[in-house]
This record gives sequence, C-alpha cells and structure tokens, in this order.
Amino acid sequence: MLKNRHVSGWLMASPLALVLVVFLIAPILMIVVVSFWGATEWSIYPAFLWDNYEFLLTSEVTYRVFLNTFKYAFITWVFALGIGFTVAYFLAFHVRSLTWQVALFLLCTIPFWTSNIIRMISWIPFLGRNGLANSALISWGVIDEPLEWLLFSDFSVILAFVHLYTLFMVVPIFNTMMRIDKSLIEAAADAGASGWQTLWHVIVPLTKPGIMIGTIFVVTLVMGDFITVRFMSGSQSANVGRMIQNDIGLLQYPSASATAVILLITVLMVIGILLRFVDIRREL
Amino acid sequence: MEPRPRSFYVLAAFFALFLAFLYGPTLTIAILSFQGPGGGLTFPMRGVSLHWFADLFEQQAVGDIWGSFRRSFVLGLMVMVTTVVVSVMGGLAFRKRFAGSAVLFYLIITSLVIPSILVSLGVGLIWSQSGLPVHWSTSGFGAQLTWTLPFGLLIMFAVFNRFDKSYEEAARDLGASNWQVVRHVVLPIIAPSLIGVALFGFTLSYDEFARTLLTSGSYNTLPLEIFGMTTNVTTPVLFALGTLTTVFSLLVIAGFLGIAWLMRRRQATKGSDAGKGLV
Repeated sequence: MLKNRHVSGWLMASPLALVLVVFLIAPILMIVVVSFWGATEWSIYPAFLWDNYEFLLTSEVTYRVFLNTFKYAFITWVFALGIGFTVAYFLAFHVRSLTWQVALFLLCTIPFWTSNIIRMISWIPFLGRNGLANSALISWGVIDEPLEWLLFSDFSVILAFVHLYTLFMVVPIFNTMMRIDKSLIEAAADAGASGWQTLWHVIVPLTKPGIMIGTIFVVTLVMGDFITVRFMSGSQSANVGRMIQNDIGLLQYPSASATAVILLITVLMVIGILLRFVDIRREL
Repeated sequence: MEPRPRSFYVLAAFFALFLAFLYGPTLTIAILSFQGPGGGLTFPMRGVSLHWFADLFEQQAVGDIWGSFRRSFVLGLMVMVTTVVVSVMGGLAFRKRFAGSAVLFYLIITSLVIPSILVSLGVGLIWSQSGLPVHWSTSGFGAQLTWTLPFGLLIMFAVFNRFDKSYEEAARDLGASNWQVVRHVVLPIIAPSLIGVALFGFTLSYDEFARTLLTSGSYNTLPLEIFGMTTNVTTPVLFALGTLTTVFSLLVIAGFLGIAWLMRRRQATKGSDAGKGLV
C-alpha cells in the first residue's frame, strides 16, 4: 500500500465518498437549487425566485404542519424512551446469562428487518371499526359503541410510530448499559443505595449517550416520515413529509424543494442540539 | 445465585407485553390470511382456506407482484454486495485518521438521519432534469445505498474499535504483506460481522420504501407494489401477500443469523489450539 496515510485512506474510502457525493450531497444541492426555481402547472423552469420560501414562510398552514410534526416527534419520543429504557434495563441487568440476553435482544430486533408497510397494515384488523380492540372492549362492557378514533387518527399514527421505532431506542440504550461496569452497581449497593437510587444516580447518567443516540434516531425518523402519517391517519393528518409529498404529487417540485430545505434545516438544528450531549465517535 | 427480586417479575411481564406488541399485529394478519373465500379484513374467520394465497399465484389478479418481487430480490442482492464491499473498505480506511475523515464521518451520519424523502426527491430531480431514465437499478440502487451504507459502516466501526491489533502485528512480523494481512488475518476474523452487514444490506433494501418512491421509475419494487395495493385492494389477499413476504424476510434473517452463528462456532473451535497440549 502507499506510504502516505492520507492517500491510502482516501483510496480505501473512495467508493464510499463517491456514493455519498452522487446520492447525498448532489441531491441536497439539487433540492436547494430547485427550491429557487419557478413552476407552471405542468413544468418547472430555472430561475432565482424567493416566491417558494415567501409563500411557505407566510402561510399559517406551514406553522401548523411543523407544529404537528414536532408534536408527533415529541409524543413518540416519550413513549419510545419509556418503553425502550425499560426493555433495555430488563435485558441488561435482570437477564443473567449472555445467551439469553443475546436471544431476547435478537427477538426485539428481528421486526426491524421486516417490512414497515406490512407492519402498518397489520394494525387494521386490530384497530378497525369491527377490529379486535373494539370487539374486546364491547364484550367486556367498557364501551357500547365502537370507538371511531382507534384507526385513522393521531392515536393510530403515534401507535404505529412507537411500534416501528422503539427498537431504535432499545438498541443503543442496551449497548451502553452492557458496557456499564457491574462493580459500580455493587459499590452503590454497598454504600447503601436503594434500587431506585442506583437506577437514577448510577445507571441513568451512565446510559445518557445511548439515550441521546436513540433520541436522534427516533426524532429524525418521525420528523422525516410521510408514509406512516399518510397510511395510519387515512390522509386526515399532515406533517411536513406529507406536505412535501403533496407538492410532488402536484408536480410542484420547487415548492416541495423549499419545504424540504426548511425541513432539513430544522432536523439538522435538532440534531445539532442533541449532539452537544454526546460524542458519537466515542460511543461506537 | 441469589433469588430474583420482585422487580424482575414486573419487568419480565413488561418485556413479554412488549414482545406481544411487536409481534401481535403481524401474527394477526398471518392468521387472517387463511380466511375463507367469503372472509373480510377483520375477524371473525369465515372458514379456513388457502384461497387468498392461491389468488396471489393467478396471473395479473392483483398487479405485477411476482415481477416486483424479482426486482426487489435482485436489487436487494446488488445493494447487499455493494454495502459489504464499500463498508469493509470504508471501515479499513477509517482505522487511521486521514485529512477530511471527520467530514466524511459526519456525511455518513447525515446520510443516516436525513429525511428519506429528501434523498428520493433530490435523486429523482437530478435524474429527470439531466434526462437520464429513472430506473430501480440505477437511481433506486444509489438512493437505497444512502440508507444501508451508514448501518454497514457503523457496524464496521464497532468491529474495528474492538479489533485486537496484535494479530496483524504478528502476521507482519512473520513477513506478510499488507494485502496478505488483510486477506488472511483481518477478513477471516471479521467475517461473522460481515454476515451482519450483509443482513442489513439485503433486508433494508428489500423493505425500503421512501427512498425508492421517486427513484424506481415505472417498474415497482415489492414495497411500492404493496403500498399501491393498500389503496385499492380490500380483500385478505393483502394479508396473504404480507404474510408471504414476512415469512420470506424471516427465512432470510434466520439464514444469515445461522451462518453467522456457525462461523463463530467454527472460529471458536478451530481458531485456537490453546490448552490442547500440542507443541
């Protein structure tokens, strides 16, 4: 190999760099450029207009949709963190043999490798008007009429988000928990800490990097989503992704691009804030 | 061993509920896909039959399912091979810091967290504006790599962070060239992890939706085909298809995990003769 580590490094990394330049950087630049273009009903033309941004930033709908996007992200994050932390804590500290830990952990991750769309479709027989949830509640006498808000509502959207993305919380939290030195927990117990005190003052602080990485995953996945919202709300709710997709459907690419640029800036700002709490390179 | 604390049972119950939440819906549609010919999308079951599975095999009954399956399968293999090769090379490159490696690292993270629709829209725009034909094997292939490569690379980073460099030094001391060290020492040791990278590459591509939406052209991949079906198919044939491709995914996952497990076992038994008293 070549003597110079910079040259050999770039040689080895060149396929990666090539893919990222062509399919990540160039598309982002293209979107930024097109966001200044003009559009007619059937075509788009190069220009340098601020119209798309002006329309976007002065429209009250934009703010409502962004607010809704944050709402989905926040509620999903709360549930994913609660469930993900509990599951990871159980696996890391209560399951005693490594074989069982690995087996149960794999059981949690397998759905990640199957289709999201099918996992969304799977909720229909549960949540529909005549679905399992409604018939169970009626037969228990909890309700008289089927609940209408179970499917095609904010409830089902958030349920699906939690269902799809809690894994992204479990994996990094479990990963950091497994690296906690068990003698620290014994030390806490020897010093007279109760179980809760150990959890709150020892385990939670040491798990923070994992929580942050999981948070970045969950927040960005929910903020960038359009398909879950479309499918699970029955096109009745909107988030930013849906707004972009609507414009694309109407061939209004410049307007879609402007929205996409604002979305990207928002997501990067959120990540920028979260990254202040964790050094990703050290956590791998 | 000390007795289990009460919290163990509470948490175990919570974990069981979580698994039911994860797998319950999928199991439900698996059961419902065996509906009788008169059955609907929810319970009760009106008889038990293979009617809806048979429907899938009828010519053109519900769109081009088998064509889209073939495309998704081929695309999955293409993405898998590329992801493994590029990730290993990238992983090896990142073992030493080089000028710009930090920038490249943050690009990988960006690729992971960027909303998928941006990749889809951007790649679609580049292709259409430059007059290239949008096709799943070119634009779609590249768009999917922006999702699979970060996972492959993160796995490689984790692997190389834990890699014992003394094996390589030993090989070099014995006179191995750089290429021989990689080929005969590094690759065999990291091989089980490569199965993991391959698993991510194939399954994430096979199920990818958002990044393929605007980049696959006129021939759909399977997830796009299934999503198209959700708007106009209201029979359990949808569940039959969902069950079939989930079973396929599970077989693929089991295959990869099985291979990884066998390789690790082989490493454990054949990789070392320590303690066997051989001189």
